[in-house]
Amino acid sequence: MYDKIIPPSKITLPNGKVVHEKKSRTPIIILLLIIATIISVRFTNFEMSVLVSRISEFFVIIDQMIPPKWEYIDFIWQPLMDTIKMSLLGSILGSIAAVPAAYFAASNVMSKPVAAVSKFLLSILRTLPTLVSALIATFIFGLGTLAGTVAIFLFTIAYVGKLLYEQIENADMKSFEAMEAAGMTKIQAFRYAIFPQVLPNYLSTSLFCFEGNVRYAAILGYVGAGGIGLLLDEGLGWRDYPSVGMILLMLIITVYLIEQVSEHFRKKLI
Amino acid sequence: MDAIEKQLNNPPWNLRYILIVTALVLILFIWSLSAINLENMGQSGLEIAASIIGGILNPDLELLFNFTSQGVMYLLVETMAIAFLGTIIGAILAIPLAFLSASNIVPKPVAGLTRIILIVIRTIPALVYGLMFIRVTGPGPFAGVLTISLISIGMLAKLFVDAIEDLDTSILESMTSIGCTTFEKIRYGIFPQLFSMFLSVIIYRFDMNLREASILGLVGAGGIGAPLIFAMNAYRWTEVGSILIGLVVLILIVELFSNRIRTKLVRG
Repeated sequence: MYDKIIPPSKITLPNGKVVHEKKSRTPIIILLLIIATIISVRFTNFEMSVLVSRISEFFVIIDQMIPPKWEYIDFIWQPLMDTIKMSLLGSILGSIAAVPAAYFAASNVMSKPVAAVSKFLLSILRTLPTLVSALIATFIFGLGTLAGTVAIFLFTIAYVGKLLYEQIENADMKSFEAMEAAGMTKIQAFRYAIFPQVLPNYLSTSLFCFEGNVRYAAILGYVGAGGIGLLLDEGLGWRDYPSVGMILLMLIITVYLIEQVSEHFRKKLI
Repeated sequence: MDAIEKQLNNPPWNLRYILIVTALVLILFIWSLSAINLENMGQSGLEIAASIIGGILNPDLELLFNFTSQGVMYLLVETMAIAFLGTIIGAILAIPLAFLSASNIVPKPVAGLTRIILIVIRTIPALVYGLMFIRVTGPGPFAGVLTISLISIGMLAKLFVDAIEDLDTSILESMTSIGCTTFEKIRYGIFPQLFSMFLSVIIYRFDMNLREASILGLVGAGGIGAPLIFAMNAYRWTEVGSILIGLVVLILIVELFSNRIRTKLVRG
């Protein structure tokens, strides 16, 4: 359609042939981006002058966080461990539950309608912000770590499930067909032909998801779903910034260590 | 014994290693089981679950298709605006940081230091940044934009670095040999290699930012989060239903488009 509005330029080659050179689409894309930016600036009341003149306020809180309140560490251990437990349990159970979910959503091992419905359910689950599912979980399971675990569990199913069914769909189907032809059931053939193919990637995805989940779990306490977020919320509410600094410091160290360990194993897997 | 025989006698997979890792995971799993605490579970849990599902199935259609500044549509556009502007600012800020942490461009210590800074930026939860920026701009979507741009830096820079470290330097050498200036080398040697990768990463991050922007309302940084949380805390489930439906549909549509554009970008 674009070529009809702005016709491609004609170039006559020395041998008399006429070739069409399509006009670049870059100007129109840039124009659209600029319009979108202007609209966004309007909608969000973005003002550079405010940002420049008041940016020092941003560092006021950081300034108060340093030095962190070291003795606060005694209060941090328990919630920090809760956070790790929540994300660990949610990730492990979620990754296990993701296998059947991905099996049902892969269109090469399941019939098309079943696969489409499962894919749709998985994407809805994935789009729900973790904080929202955590809040819903606190209504159902009460305040505490269980609600957070459920929220992380749901997110992990959706995330690992999606990546897993994509891998299953890209897997080599020849051995699967051969095994079915030899008289295996579908599930048996899946277990011995496809599962070994996707296993390393599946474990790596699960580990990666766990890394991210630790970070998510840290804020779940905000809605009462347990873990270190509760302390964070409290500290920010009381403007007790040195304690907040200590919490963040511990969080950064924990996340860094977990990332390092998981990266080590992920490199081994691939 | 020669190497081939040795290889033959080696077990195909290291059983002891796998057993130890499995045992470790099991121990961790059992340790984490204590996160399940049922004593807080009230009687009303199932009742609330039923009313949540009921609310989502019977959404408040008037609110959903309301185009005034209180309606779902307006809030969704605002959320998108926050995510869009935040992504652009974040991408601009992430590019220099990415070059500073690419170990094939700057010396190792500088790269290491920048990486640590990036990890620190990435780990601090978005809500904390939200509160800090509200001090700067006052509550509203402006604070949301700044928060989104700051939290996207971490991941954007990390993915940019992967692209930069994969740069094909032989092109640069051949350009030097035919006498290109530094600017020409950047424009024709580096830029075309990086541009589509960067764009694909940025679009992917926009996808994620839309999700992040939808929860920032919790601290008052604009977007659809605040009305959603208020409605939930007030048990107005039909409202919750209409907001969630709007949000999910928007995110799914954006994801569909961004996936299309990204496959096009990657395959050329």
